[in-house]
Parts: sequence; C-alpha cells; structure tokens
Amino acid sequence: MFLTFVTFLPIFGAFFLAFLPKENEGAIKQTALAVAAADFLLSLLLWTNFDDSSHRMQFEYNISWIESWGINYHIGIDGISLLLYVMTTFLTMICVIASWDVKKHIREYMMAMLALSTGMLGVFISLDLFMFYVFWEFQLVPMYIIVGVWGGPRRVYAAVKFFIYTAVGSLLMLVAIIWIYFHIKETTGVATADILFITDHLSAPLDIQKWLWLAFFLAFAIKVPMFPFHTWLPDAHVEAPTAGSVILAGVLLKMGTYGFLRFNLPFFPQASYDFMPFIAWLSIIGIVYGALVSMVQEDLKKLVAYSSVSHLGFVMLGIFALNEYGIQGALIQNINHGISTGALFLLVGVIYDRRHTRLIKEFGGLSKQMPIYAVCFMIVALSSIGLPGMNGFVGEFLVLLGIFQVNGLWAACATSGVILAACYILWMFQRVMFLELKNPENMKLKDMNVRELITIVPLLILIFWIGLYPKPFMKTFDASVNHLVSRVSPDNFRPKQDHGAGGHHASLITKRELAKLNQKLKKTSHN
Amino acid sequence: MEPILAPKSIDLIALAPVLVLSVFAMGVLVLDLWAGKNKTLIMFVSLVGLLMTAISAFAKNPIPAFAFTDSYIVDHLSIFFTCIFTLSSAMAILLSSDYNEREEIKVGEYYALILLCTVGMIVLASSTDMIMIFLGIEIVSICLYVLAGFKRDDPVSNEAALKYFLLGAFATGFLLYGMTLVYGSTGSTNLFKIAEFVKTQGAQSNPLLLMGIVLLIIGLGFKVAAVPFHMWAPDVYQGSPTPVTAFMSVGPKAAAFAAFFRVFAETIPEMAPAWEMLLCSVAVLSMFVGNLGAIMQTNIKRMLAFSSISHAGYLLIAVIAKSSLAGSGLLFYMLTYTFTTFGAFGIIILLGRKGQENLEIENYSGLAYKHPILAISMTVFLLSLGGLPPFAGFVAKFYLFSAAMEEGFVALVIIAVLNSAISFYYYLKVVVFMYMKEPAGEFQISLAPMTLFVIIIGIIGTIDLGIFPDSIIALTNIP
Repeated sequence: MFLTFVTFLPIFGAFFLAFLPKENEGAIKQTALAVAAADFLLSLLLWTNFDDSSHRMQFEYNISWIESWGINYHIGIDGISLLLYVMTTFLTMICVIASWDVKKHIREYMMAMLALSTGMLGVFISLDLFMFYVFWEFQLVPMYIIVGVWGGPRRVYAAVKFFIYTAVGSLLMLVAIIWIYFHIKETTGVATADILFITDHLSAPLDIQKWLWLAFFLAFAIKVPMFPFHTWLPDAHVEAPTAGSVILAGVLLKMGTYGFLRFNLPFFPQASYDFMPFIAWLSIIGIVYGALVSMVQEDLKKLVAYSSVSHLGFVMLGIFALNEYGIQGALIQNINHGISTGALFLLVGVIYDRRHTRLIKEFGGLSKQMPIYAVCFMIVALSSIGLPGMNGFVGEFLVLLGIFQVNGLWAACATSGVILAACYILWMFQRVMFLELKNPENMKLKDMNVRELITIVPLLILIFWIGLYPKPFMKTFDASVNHLVSRVSPDNFRPKQDHGAGGHHASLITKRELAKLNQKLKKTSHN
Repeated sequence: MEPILAPKSIDLIALAPVLVLSVFAMGVLVLDLWAGKNKTLIMFVSLVGLLMTAISAFAKNPIPAFAFTDSYIVDHLSIFFTCIFTLSSAMAILLSSDYNEREEIKVGEYYALILLCTVGMIVLASSTDMIMIFLGIEIVSICLYVLAGFKRDDPVSNEAALKYFLLGAFATGFLLYGMTLVYGSTGSTNLFKIAEFVKTQGAQSNPLLLMGIVLLIIGLGFKVAAVPFHMWAPDVYQGSPTPVTAFMSVGPKAAAFAAFFRVFAETIPEMAPAWEMLLCSVAVLSMFVGNLGAIMQTNIKRMLAFSSISHAGYLLIAVIAKSSLAGSGLLFYMLTYTFTTFGAFGIIILLGRKGQENLEIENYSGLAYKHPILAISMTVFLLSLGGLPPFAGFVAKFYLFSAAMEEGFVALVIIAVLNSAISFYYYLKVVVFMYMKEPAGEFQISLAPMTLFVIIIGIIGTIDLGIFPDSIIALTNIP
C-alpha cells in the first residue's frame, strides 16, 4: 500500500493544484515542490527498507482490478526498478525547482509535471502487463503537453512527433501483449497478464518468440532510442523546456532500457540471445553515430541530445552482453546518464535563460564571467566523458568489461565512443568556456544564482559519490542481476545443450556459483 | 414457398420496450399540440419514455425468449443494445434542448422522431428475421432523413437530408435485393432457418446465396458508413444539426452493427470463408480511408465523421471475429463510443452560438486558457476515441482486438493498431489548437446546463469505464 501511496501522491498533488487560485503563483510552486520533495523522501524510505539480498519483488501489492479478464493491480519493486524509481522522484523534485521561473501557465505546468511523475513511477512498478501498458501510454500525455505548450519555436512538431513515434511502437507491443495473454491462457489455463507469472510460464516456439521479441523491441527501441529510431529525440529535446529535457533524458529514455530488462530478456531469453549480434551492432552504430553527430552540432542542446543516443548505446550494449558485468554496468549507466545528462541540460538551461540562445558560437570565454558555472559545467562534462573517479567511468568500464567477455571486436568499436565523447564534449567546453570573451552580450552575464546551484549541487555530489564509492548503489541490484543473468545467460542456449528443465536447473546452479566468484573478483578490483 | 403463418401467440411482454416507446412517441406528438413554444415538457416526457423503455427491456424473463414465430428475440445482446439506444437517445435529447433553443428549431416532432428512430433501433437489434431487419432499418432511416434536414432554412442541412435520402434509398434497394436472393436460395427469411439450411445443406458455394450476402454487405455497409459505401457520411454529418449528428453516429450505427452481427456472425459463420475476406477488406479500407481522410479535415464535424468511418472499421472486426467474446466487445465498444461521442459533440455545441457555429478546428485555438475544464474534457474525449489509456476507448479497443486475436486475426489487429496510431495525429491536432495556439478571438460561451450535463455524463463514463471497467465488462459477457 505504501508503494501505491508514493506512486500516486504526485497525481493527487496535481489534482490539488487545480483548486489553487491561478494568481497565487508562490503557493502553487511551493505546493508542487512540497509534494515532489515529500515523494522523494518517501521513496528514500523505500530504499532504506529494501532488502538487497533478495531478487524477489518487494513491497508487493496485488489486488484484482478487472476480474473478468484476470487483470490485477499488481505492483512491486526489485533491484532493477528500485534505483530508477528513486531517480524518478529525485529528478521530479529537481525539475520542479528548475522550473521556478516558468512564466506561462505555471499551475498547469506543475500539474503536468506531477502527473508525469506518477505515470513514470507507475511504469517502473507495474507487475501486470495491462497495467504496465496503461502507465506506459499515460505518461505520454503530460510529456506531450509539456513539450507542446512550454517548448521552443517548433514545439508542436516535436511534441506530435514524440507522441506518434512512441504510440506506433507501443501499439505493436500491445498486439504482442494480447497474444501472450491468450497464449498463457491456452497453455496454463490461467487468464492472467501478471508479469511474474508470465516470466515463469511463457513457452512460445522460437519463431513466434522472435516476433514477440521484435514487437517489444520496437516499443522499447523507440523509447531508448536506438539508432534508426532516434530521430524524434533531438527534436523533442531541443524544443522541450529545460525541465522537460531533464525528465526526458533522465527517466523517459530509461523506461526503454527498463523494458528490455523486464520483458525482452526474461520473457524471451532464447530470442534475446539470437538477436544479440543485431542489437550489439545497432548499439555500436548508435554509439559512434551519436558521438559523430554530436561533434558537428552548433546547438548546445542538440549536442547533448545526440550524446544521449551515444550514451544509451552503451546501456543497450551492456544489457545485451547478457552477463553480469554488462547488465550491472547498464543499470549503473542508466543512473549515470540520468544524472550527467540531466545536469548538462540544466546547465544549458542556465545560459539559455540568460541569453535566449543555445548556439555555441554565441558564447566563448564564459569561464571568466561565470566561474562557478564553469566549474560545475566542467565536472559534469568530465563525468559525461567517463573520467575515472566520476560516475561515468564506473558504468562504461563495467559495460565494456561485460561486452569484452562476449566479443572483443564489439568492445573495441564501443571504446571508440569513449574517445569520441571526449572530443565533442571537450571541444564544446573549450568553445563555450574558454577562448576570448568577445561578445558584449556575454560580458553582462551573471553567475549562477542560489536556486540554480540548489538544482545542480545534488547532482554533482552524486557524480562523485557514484564515481568513488558506487557500492551502495551497486548492491541494490546485485541479487536481481544475478537472478536475471541466470535466466538469460547464453550458456543456457549454447548449441548441444539440453533445454529441458533438468539441464536448465543444472546450469542455474553453476551460474550462481560463477556469479558469486565474479562478485568477489569485483570487490577485490574495486578496493 | 410456404405461406406465412399467423403467430400462434402474441407475446407483448417481449415487445414491451418497443410498445412503451411507441406510445410515448405518439404521446409526445399529441402533447406538442398543447405545449406551445416551450418544449421543456415534451423533452421531459421523452426522457421519461426512454427511461421506461430501458426498464421495460428487462421485463422478459427468462432470456433468450423468442416471439412472433421466432422473428423477434429478447436476449442479452438485444437488452444491452436497448440500454445503449435509450442512453444515446436521452443524451441526444438533452443536447438538443439547448441547441434547438439557440437555433430556433421549435418543432415538437423533433423529439417524437428521435423516439421513433429509437423504436426502429430496438426492433433492428432484436430481430431474427430478414423482414424485421428491413423494417427496423427503414424506421431508423426514415426518421434520420427527416432529422438530418431539420434546419429547414439552412441549405447545408437540406443538402444533407437530400443526399442521405437518395443514397439511403439506393442502399436500401441493395439490402432488399440481397434479402430476396438469400430468401430465394434458402427458402426462408428467418435467420435460424437460414442458419439451419446453411449448416445442413452446405450451401457455401451456392452462387445465388453468395450474391445475396454480398448485397447484404453493401446494404448494411452503407448504414454503418463503411468504406466504400461511406460517401454520404461526411456531408450528412457536417450538414445535420449537431445533436442529430451525434445521435446518428452512435445509435443507428450501433443498431446496424447489431444486425450485422446477427446476420453474419451468428447466422452464417459457416460461410465465413466466403464473406470473411470481403468484410476484412471493407474493414481495412474503412480504417485507412477514415483515418487518412480525417487528417485532411479542417471542420471538426467532418473530422469526426471520418473518424466515425474508421470506428466502423474497428467495429467490423467484431463481426469478422464472430465469437461471443467479439459480441461482448461490440457491446462494450458501443457503450464507450456513446459516452465519448456525445461528450465531444456536447463541447462542439457549447462552442457555437447563434449564426456562428465555430466548427472549424481553428476556432478552438487557445480554448485551454479561457475554459480549461472544457479543453481538458475535449482532450479526454478525443484521446479516448483514439484509444489511449486510461480512458474507456482503450479498454474497448483492447476488448475488440483481444477477441479478434483469440480467433487468430493477427494481421487485422496489427493493421487496426497502426490505424490507431494514425488517428492520434488528427485527434491531437485539436489538442494542439486548444493548448498550443494563442486564442484567435473571444470565446462567447454560454454554459448551457443540459449540454454541460451531457458532457459530465460523458466524462464520468469515459473515465470510469477506463479505470474501473470490470462491472460493465461482466455485464457485457454474453453467457
């Protein structure tokens, strides 16, 4: 019940805001912040009560929703969703603060933001396919409104594109969901859309598995976004208001990677293994392409947007390494990307608020005018590159480690992304911060104010925290990742192996032992 | 050829809803003589009549019950449809009350016609005989021809009525010819006897019967405005008085689908190989033409006309799937469609005023900042029509698509969901205007209470059926 409360608190806050008088902007903002902060603190309470040692769902709540169809309101959190959940509430709070100066229709803005928060939280805790789909689609609306109403000049185009793109992918997923629902009903006699039940009982023939896999893949790949499906992202990011971009990069994209971990891998392990090279190459193309395109961008926000494509390529590569390092790396990189890219968008927002332009060539020499800003920007930029000691390094290192165990060539290609990232980020940093302070407009710029610092500093702390001591974060998902890997590990599907129950269990045990060994290895390597 | 026997017993209880409503319709006609210019009393009587009809629909027990030598049936489907019809007619009457006052339509027959049309719909949904189906369709159509032209001094309305009448009469010809052929080849107009004949005689390849079925598809396809028999819909929808448009796109369409379902899914499922492909292509064409056509529209009523064509496409999936689950899906879909459509048309009516109906989508610019509640309601209705959770439209689509999926129509479902994605484009277009454009002029909206009431019912229905659909789903389940 507690989890339900935390999840739905923001949307009740949004309803409450609707009754506040429009003119009283202070009260509106304070209420929104209070709701978001309370939600964040409550979600921290979830974290402290979370049992790291178990891969099972926790804080579960299961009640019949649509009884005639066997659809339940079933929620719960495991290691894979916990951090994403907390990050969602955290970024929502940051975004409310970051939107303090929104001029237009502030009440509606805050309402949309809070409603969006509930939509996203719902996605991460749903343990029923029907319910998951409801939340997955529902969060489109507030995000669409945020981009479309408070966005830049081409906001309508970007918003509609965002909506339609995501809708196409997810509707095909709906077809797959319905198929699975009937298949489960046929094979087990139980009419249910329960994700845990389906994970345990789904046994479709391989060729159908592949089609289903593709349907889910399309929905999530558009969301992530993976290489050929990424074109909505730069538009949405560039047009969205600052806080919209932060949420988009920080949470919405993670819904895609989360989907792969929650559905594609456990539902269709064999198909996932078969599609592994395909995904790996798409991810590598994404990494390199995203980086190269970033390099030539003139708009700061577009640069960060394309860098997201590149970073998310790493996450996908980690997931489809299908081993422990890879998935751990992917999960931590999920968080890292949310923090670093979120911070980058916030920082871009800071100068955009002052200058109303994001073109790199308009700036130069800002470090002299805004020293605190420059320092913050540098830390974030370096974390985005993956400098050791900062969060990006931990994630990318683990991902590369994981993928290297699978295929050295892939690892080599992916590593080039790290180098390219250094190129585009540092080059951009140089052009914006250093050089001469020529433009008279820039000479009047004021450094960051307290409110902006409040939004950035927590992110900076996290950057170093994860970079130097990732254990508190890593240990939340260790058990879940072990469990997941034991299900999807390629060892289960290598040729000439018995796919029957006996063989499966045998490999499961050895796999667990291997996982423990790996963990020990990692501990020593970290110390 | 056997002589038509007189019915052995006349079961008036089975016919109760039809009788009650007919009496009330006549009563309204007579009452109009004394009522003078104030039509509130007439409206009230009509609403009471509809309520009584809905109650009397449950009079017959146990179901299914047959009456009039098996040409009339009271079963789950017909009772549920009767409830939908009365609900939609009641909402149409509520919408009309303010609208008619504004547009100075001061004729009492208006309400009588809506009631009589509802009688026709009930007959249509309860008939198990070709003759009864024809009777139902004619009652419905003739009332609608008149209703479409009710704004006598408006040339667009006249055009709508004339167009609807000419094309409708033409389509009726097809329908009747189809029935004749089916009768000729099976020897009966009774659906059960036809079913029996098809089952035992294996008449699948009888060319006369096949021809008859094709003609039936044309005739019924016209009534539900499926492509390629949809040409009348946009003009008629645009030209008719707005409450009539709303009425027309829900009740009569639902009734025609009931007949469609009875004839194709319940009577001749054995002949599916013959008609399945044909209906599939009609469904797919309806979805594509409806959705792509709607994208081009600048007039919101026209846009909703095209959208209703595409919804006819989705609903045909229920007929194609044939199962009882599909029948339940059809019921649920029609119910949600009633709530959302009337809600949306209610807002369209509110936005207009005398002499300036504000039907262009542009007129919705910036509505969200002048009347946020109206804008958010319209958004809910449109997104529900598109099938976005957590609104009723989504559950309805899920229901229909599941039914089709269970019967193995995967390709059809995929086409349908892709069409849903297309449909978001034009539904969002209205949202874009409401939220993302600056107001072009002043809105002069007088919040007419009855219209608001309809919108509130629509909102409650749309959200409730979306979030807590269980009780209604349980009701729709055909045992």
